[in-house]
Amino acid sequence: MATAVQTVERENYLNSNYGIKSWLLTTDHKRIAILYLISITAMFWLGGFFAMMIRLELLTPAGDLISSDTYNKLFTMHGIIMVFFFLIPSVPAVLGNFLVPLMVGAKDLAFPRVNLLSWYLYMAGAITALVAMVTGGVDTGWTFYTPFSTTYSNTHVIGAAIGIFIAGFSSILTGLNFIVTIHRMRAPGMTWRRLPLFCWANYAAAIIMVLGTPVIAITLLLVALERAFHIGVFNPQLGGDPLLFQHLFWFYSHPAVYIMILPGMGVISEIVTCFSRKRVFGYEFIALASIAIAVLGFLVWAHHMFVAGISVYAALVFSLLSYLVAIPSAVKVFNWTATMYKGSIRYNTPMLYAFGFIGLFTVGGLTGIFLATLGIDVQVHDTYFVVAHFHYVMVGGMVMAYMAGLHFWWPKITGRMYPEAWAKLSALLVFVGFNTTFFPQFILGYMGLPRRYHAYPPEFQVLNVLSTAGASILAVGYVLPMIYFVWSLRYGKEAGPNPWNAVGLEWMVPSPPPTHNFDETPVVTWEAYDYEHQPQEEVTVGH
Amino acid sequence: MATSDIGDIQVAERALQHHFADMEQQRDTSSFGMWMFLLTEIMFFGGLFCAYLVYRASYYQAFVEGSQKMNIVLGATNTAVLICSSLTMALGVRAAQMGKPKLMVILLLITILFGFGFLGIKAVEYHEHWENHEFPGPNFHFETGNPAHPASDPQHTQIYFSLYWAMTGLHALHMVIGIGLVAWLVIAGLMGAYTPHYYNPVENVGLYWHFVDLVWIYLFPMLYLISKKHGV
Ligand code: HEM
Ligand SMILES: [Cu+2]
Repeated sequence: MATAVQTVERENYLNSNYGIKSWLLTTDHKRIAILYLISITAMFWLGGFFAMMIRLELLTPAGDLISSDTYNKLFTMHGIIMVFFFLIPSVPAVLGNFLVPLMVGAKDLAFPRVNLLSWYLYMAGAITALVAMVTGGVDTGWTFYTPFSTTYSNTHVIGAAIGIFIAGFSSILTGLNFIVTIHRMRAPGMTWRRLPLFCWANYAAAIIMVLGTPVIAITLLLVALERAFHIGVFNPQLGGDPLLFQHLFWFYSHPAVYIMILPGMGVISEIVTCFSRKRVFGYEFIALASIAIAVLGFLVWAHHMFVAGISVYAALVFSLLSYLVAIPSAVKVFNWTATMYKGSIRYNTPMLYAFGFIGLFTVGGLTGIFLATLGIDVQVHDTYFVVAHFHYVMVGGMVMAYMAGLHFWWPKITGRMYPEAWAKLSALLVFVGFNTTFFPQFILGYMGLPRRYHAYPPEFQVLNVLSTAGASILAVGYVLPMIYFVWSLRYGKEAGPNPWNAVGLEWMVPSPPPTHNFDETPVVTWEAYDYEHQPQEEVTVGH
Repeated sequence: MATSDIGDIQVAERALQHHFADMEQQRDTSSFGMWMFLLTEIMFFGGLFCAYLVYRASYYQAFVEGSQKMNIVLGATNTAVLICSSLTMALGVRAAQMGKPKLMVILLLITILFGFGFLGIKAVEYHEHWENHEFPGPNFHFETGNPAHPASDPQHTQIYFSLYWAMTGLHALHMVIGIGLVAWLVIAGLMGAYTPHYYNPVENVGLYWHFVDLVWIYLFPMLYLISKKHGV
């Protein structure tokens, strides 16, 4: 690196000080984002390992590789890790933490120390849950249904529940920080109508984090108390009502699926407009659709309980309300498509992932409508159809969006470009691998294969083998970025402040940004996504 | 400008965190954050209130019988204690705002005393219930104490007691945290941390304290005063 000797390195958030303490005690939102990035990546691989074990077991119809008890623990731990310790923090805690202050023109989030606390809570929760898993595991499913979880399960339910309880507060604090930051810390001229859609989406998700997470916290606390002291609140033998548990659980966990998709939608809005070189179509609609999803998301929880014994009238109402959620979701999909229409599209990796998101999220969302249809749900409830549905939205949707965002902002975060050709290959592998893994599961579920069993009738084998094969491709698709991202830290091309020629305050500061983000508070005088007035050709940024 | 005023402003400037433009933004932001936090607290207690509503509607008689075991005198005293503590807390915030740190410290100390008073009385009640086996679990045993009216539904009265312990226990935990926070204000106050230009921590802890009181204002009638008429 001959050039590095000549140019004095500019001070940035990565090199401003060194040492483990400067990281573990940092209050810089950008460093906290990196801490989150490292921790959730570790959790992702652990959850992925459990998934591979599940898929290997399902290669053959007989339950030969692992016992049914172990299998129960595997899918439970896979679910708990992926939902609570990877997907919920993924885009908000990593990209949101890094970008929200930059995008609104602030020096940091409103409460930097609270932000650090949230990471410690996350770690404490994760370690508690991991200890529970290592010392014996949990076998209730990530849903902790009572009375199995409270009375009959012989596994470490309390430990896992407490772990999630603690991690919940990390999520609450992140949400609280985002809401307050977006309300109070915007730079002059950064009006609500100029607020990047990524911030709108995280704002909407933050509302859910703040209002929903406390409810799951108290619910899991009751589960732990019930197990420890037999207080009877959810135990039918003592007059408790297990349905009450399901109501409380889904009152959080349905909205939580929007915590797991809204920030991803925010990522896609940024990328689609940037790589179409066009102002995003229907800015207000996309922004307000986020809020609408957050609000409506709180009114549909009982669609998880259609066959659990709720009244027909309740089921009808919840079915209708669930259809309504699809409207703002579809508004977004149509607006992204309209943004691309007649745009000059560039096929960089983030855009490829965004294409994947739009297609797969649409499939996932539409099958959600199937499931919200009472008659169909009776047939496919608790089958692989449901498994396929939620993986289409969560993996095909949110994980794709997370990958899209990581590629898009990697140059900003690290100052380096990732290798484009390898990245395109990974996007392709993920798309192909994902569909091969999960599309067969729609068919399996439709044919009646129930979820959560380690053995199945032989006639289902072909599709299961296909699914396992797909999972291996998917795994390669995820390993690749892991390698080239690390590689790029050293060997990647220098990115410059704005490699995509994108608009937005985060692209106006150097990459990686200085610790204080902005030398002086920016004043925003332009509209959001003003791509029509940007030079169309990629400019090599001058130094 | 009086010299003490300039000193005050210097204290305030030291308290300004680097990422805020000015004190006003910092103050606005921190109280907005506190309100958001209280919102999460409402949802947190909300789950328990919801469970209470459901079971009270289903097992009304059992709940009435349970609630008649409550010591209304102690409960009412505690309500009064908390209301007084809210008053001294509010006056303490006012004293901080007016730039009377000594007065603030005294008022906050009284608030702490009230807080301990509340917890002490609560402990006496808990002890009584414990002695009477009114604690859910294997040792739970419930009798109305009136041979003419044996307990109609002891099993569901146990759920009443589960909720009673969970709700008041969670509330007591909040009181403990609150006392800790007020104690922290007292120490910081003694070191001269607060001035009329910078007292939002006092304000925020005040908000928290009032919130915790307010929860009790609901818990008291819900748990102690369900009904005299349908009794035993
Ligand atoms: C278009 C909006 C959506 C609708 C109408 C919808 C509808 C449904 C319904 C009715 C079920 C219950 C199926 C059953 O158990 O029988 C379900 C399950 C599920 N959905 Fe969705 N969904 C939608 C979007 C999403 C999104 C965006 C996510 C996540 C990012 C998601 C994640 C899940 C999960 C995790 C489950 C399974 C929970 C379990 O039982 O383990 N859904 N969905
Ligand atoms: Cu749902």
